[in-house]
Amino acid sequence: MSATGLTPLSRPSDRLTRRRIVNRAMELLAWLAAAIAVAILVIVVWSVAKRGASAINLDLFTKTQNALAQFGIGNAKQGLANAFVGSIVIVGIATLMALPFGILVAIYVNEFAPRAIRGGVSLVLDVLNGIPAIVIGIFVFGLIVAGHGQSGLAGSFALAVLMLPLVARATIEVLALVPDSLREASLGLGVPRWRTTLGIVLPQTIGGVVTGAVLAVARVAGETAPLLFTTSVVGTQMNWNPTHPLFSVPLAIFELSEADDPSSHALAWAAAFVLLMFILLTSLTARWLANRSRRKIGRVA
Amino acid sequence: MSTFDATDKPVRRSLAGRRTRFGDLLLEGVAGAATAGALILVGLIAYKIVQGARLSVSTFGLGFLTHVGWDPVHNQFGAAVFLFGTAVTSIGALLLATPLALGVALFLTELAPSWIRGPVTALVETLAAIPSVVIGLWGILVLGPVLREHVMPFLHSTLGFIPLFGPVTTGTSVFTAIVVLTLMILPIISSISRELFLGVPSELKEAALGLGTTRWEMVRGVIFPYARGGVAAAMILGLGRAVGEAIAVSMVIGAATTGIHWNLFDAGNAIAAQLANDYSNATPGLWTSSLFYLALILLLFSLLVNLLAQMIVRRVARRQGLATR
Repeated sequence: MSATGLTPLSRPSDRLTRRRIVNRAMELLAWLAAAIAVAILVIVVWSVAKRGASAINLDLFTKTQNALAQFGIGNAKQGLANAFVGSIVIVGIATLMALPFGILVAIYVNEFAPRAIRGGVSLVLDVLNGIPAIVIGIFVFGLIVAGHGQSGLAGSFALAVLMLPLVARATIEVLALVPDSLREASLGLGVPRWRTTLGIVLPQTIGGVVTGAVLAVARVAGETAPLLFTTSVVGTQMNWNPTHPLFSVPLAIFELSEADDPSSHALAWAAAFVLLMFILLTSLTARWLANRSRRKIGRVA
Repeated sequence: MSTFDATDKPVRRSLAGRRTRFGDLLLEGVAGAATAGALILVGLIAYKIVQGARLSVSTFGLGFLTHVGWDPVHNQFGAAVFLFGTAVTSIGALLLATPLALGVALFLTELAPSWIRGPVTALVETLAAIPSVVIGLWGILVLGPVLREHVMPFLHSTLGFIPLFGPVTTGTSVFTAIVVLTLMILPIISSISRELFLGVPSELKEAALGLGTTRWEMVRGVIFPYARGGVAAAMILGLGRAVGEAIAVSMVIGAATTGIHWNLFDAGNAIAAQLANDYSNATPGLWTSSLFYLALILLLFSLLVNLLAQMIVRRVARRQGLATR
């Protein structure tokens, strides 16, 4: 049958079939990879939500842990009010430290610095961003804690170091989007440079700066490693004072996960659920705002 | 009188000019000081870590890197166990995450219908936003048991002749740490790769398809060679992230300090994980200084990784800039 003239034709067509099969297989693998990536997210969020949502109640936010539970007195599963308060105070102060600092760095880099310095600073910001969080924690331990003991402020400082490159880079990006014609118009009207920068250019970027700040908050709100070295030795009482060590949500999850009893795990899941929802909602909102403000700046240009 | 006017005006103008310049100088000075502060901060980080590690460095020298054992009772410390564990977990995670990430990036740039691209891109990037402590909690209470009950026994029974897939002992193991790290570095590598793939000129892709290649042959022949350098940089950044990850790894790896073994299904340890676990026990002196020594290793590695990735990115950017010009 194949002894006729059909043989030479069938060989390339075999090869073509094989190429098509390989192609189809690779396409399937890429689909599979994407499905796996999405599935991982869904599974993680779902397992946290399933275990966490059922453990959430008012006690979680109004009571602190029962210190006597380890001696068998009372119920361990109460609340983490001190952790939520601590996290809010620590992250709030860190934001107050990092935001002005980062915006000033961005103003210098984008509005004043010579080209050569610009590249150098952005490289240093990248390097700072690449230093592992735990190394930052140990740095602050060596800088502050070794001499003065742990405190919420030391934790805030550690988080601020992590936030600085994020805020600075986000601000540099939006400052670069502001059209030069705006600066030139302002300078041409005789407005001094500093007022042009602070009064004309910076207000244009407010959306982008807020987005950057919110993303930075979302990033550091879940950081555990830097707090471990700076503000981890805490009691179970409520505390608002940042000069004392403050408890925090990530640290609570970290410590409760190492306990053996299921009631501690339930508390950890509840805290993880609240933390995760906070982070997902803030970062999604920030992304949405970012798209909107980018469109707006684009329209001005 | 007229002479008065003539002298008055320039004086007032120059006063205004001076005030203007003063404001400019002030803002430039403050902003410049903040920038200098950021540069000093990086230097200060390096200085403080080196200072803290000095005692341990002078006691153990480079032998610290090869000494097996972490013995606070006899003041003998070595990083070999942790270095080995960090190498195994981060390279393992890189090997799992890279093909997965490239698949995701190819899907998002070449295959996905346009309505699906935005949502899937956002979902993959959301994965990067999950805090490591939450991943760790999930890893220790959900993933670990599943791996121990189902995945590890299967791998051991089918691939058990390879020493890596030894007897299953615990859910908190090196293997669990590898899987957890894979999830954590997947979004980094895939989002950078996606941007690189988007940057491949469509004339090149169309030329290849026009020559009759299949889509995969076009990917292999055009996209991969074009994006090779950038993908290498993305992998290096992913590796850096995996090496520096402390909390999630410390929660799932089992914190063994005993020795070096090849069994992925047994407990292990890593540099960053040891820092997170041992900090609360450490007493001042050689013990704490040895922890600083571990931090110094991490710091140097992160510097190396970032500078290397930057170098590659800049070289690729320059080459592609020339190519399009």
